[in-house]
Amino acid sequence: MIKSFAYVRPTSVDDALEMLGADGARVHAGGTDLMGCLRDGVFEAERVVSLRDVPGMRGVRASTQGVTIGALTPLAEIARHSVIGEQYTALARAASVVGTPQLRSQGTLGGNICQRPRCPYFRAGFDCRRKGGRICYAVGGDNHGHAIFGGVRCHMVHPSDTAAALTALDATVVAVGRAGERRIPIGDFFVAPSVDPTRETVLEHGEMVKEIVLPPAADDQRSSYHKEGHRRTWDFALAGAATALRMTGGNVAEARVVFSGVAPVPWRSMAAEEALQGNTLTPEVIGRACDAAVEGAAPMRHNAYKVGLLKGVLEKEMLRYV
Amino acid sequence: MSSSKEPPRGDGLSVSRRGFLTSMGLGAVGVALPEITPATGPEIVPAGDVTRIALRINGRTHPALVEPRWSLLHVLRAEVGLTAAKEGCGRGECGACTVLVDDQPRYACLTLAVEAEGAEITTAEGLMEGEELGPTQQAFAETDAFQCGYCTPGQVMATEALLRANPHPSPEDIRGGVSGNLCRCGAYENIFRAVERAAELRSGGAS
Repeated sequence: MIKSFAYVRPTSVDDALEMLGADGARVHAGGTDLMGCLRDGVFEAERVVSLRDVPGMRGVRASTQGVTIGALTPLAEIARHSVIGEQYTALARAASVVGTPQLRSQGTLGGNICQRPRCPYFRAGFDCRRKGGRICYAVGGDNHGHAIFGGVRCHMVHPSDTAAALTALDATVVAVGRAGERRIPIGDFFVAPSVDPTRETVLEHGEMVKEIVLPPAADDQRSSYHKEGHRRTWDFALAGAATALRMTGGNVAEARVVFSGVAPVPWRSMAAEEALQGNTLTPEVIGRACDAAVEGAAPMRHNAYKVGLLKGVLEKEMLRYV
Repeated sequence: MSSSKEPPRGDGLSVSRRGFLTSMGLGAVGVALPEITPATGPEIVPAGDVTRIALRINGRTHPALVEPRWSLLHVLRAEVGLTAAKEGCGRGECGACTVLVDDQPRYACLTLAVEAEGAEITTAEGLMEGEELGPTQQAFAETDAFQCGYCTPGQVMATEALLRANPHPSPEDIRGGVSGNLCRCGAYENIFRAVERAAELRSGGAS
């Protein structure tokens, strides 16, 4: 059984932040990752702060300024939300392929982008780089699921599907702490291990995600998300692609290409974007974008298959826009 | 913890073993207990203490003293005595513990009991119609949708969740609906047939 913890259910953001400020306090949003981490001893909680009864943190608000999604909004609700499905398809699709129906009705968007890594060495209690140790055990061990990009010191892959979609859609994360609120462009939210391998986000202790804001979607913007895993359910991405394209007269006016499952952070491929921008989506252009996307990939002993898999995922996704 | 929705519930104070003993001791010597609870701020259940909650399960209210770390699955099985939900993996990777929380399918093993307070919880026991199987359960029996049966209550609840939201699912919807439930016997083909049959029975189809 999980080690004992104190439990508190504040009913305001201010109280929640007060409670979260204590040493050993951990936030409970949907709880799916928290429960797994506590059970496996990935970390301990002296106090669990439940956000369940904090008002205003759940639900989707659409306006001319875009769409604001409360951090506590369940993934299932995002997956079936009509405005998100139509205007921010990548996010709806990403939310719809997280875990299983049960995990999507419990897991939240805020929790999904803040979940801890799924690297088996990290989860199994190895004193790895992410835990402050000196070794990334994936390098000499089983690295079939690990990074082919951005593996510096730590080679984990970012586990979130929605994080890739939110990056392609240029979202802003609104974080709150006792010092106040800050708006963090999603591209600045995740921390690469080259900067600090012991943290995944820029959130400080006592801070939490309050909501996620999507900018207004241009009329000609379309987006998508697809991932491949070992199974079509439950599993995290081995390789996935979130794409957002603006098309004018058959030409790609603007492209965003962000990969999941291949790097320690959602991995934006500017090279693929450049190969697409200004061009018609012919098989040649798509082929060049796929080649560009994997340029500089640094696979390890067991994960070279991800190079081809990622190209295949991107190619298939691009054909949706043709 | 108490929250607003349920009438028959505790007084909103956690019952701490330490606090209970303290007040008993003080009571015995007739000293009035001073007000030491801070005037503001939410109430914290200390680590290792139990708190009084009321769970709404299958249409009935069940008071329970629970530790915050206890899963809903543990409380259902060990405290309330409803044993349809099964522990398989205990970590959200099999689906044997699936229950409904406000009509949504959830893994009871990953849900803290204290978090389920105030919600309508439905277990396979709650699908019975008196002494008779409800239509979703009946469909599994009719289509032989199991071998050992251990995963069946979870499969039934996943099916129930799917059909409450989507009474006429496509084959693809059906596969998605039970995609969070493993069957080690591999009875999947008949499970898919059971979901189709359950949809028929629920919409008044021939039985």
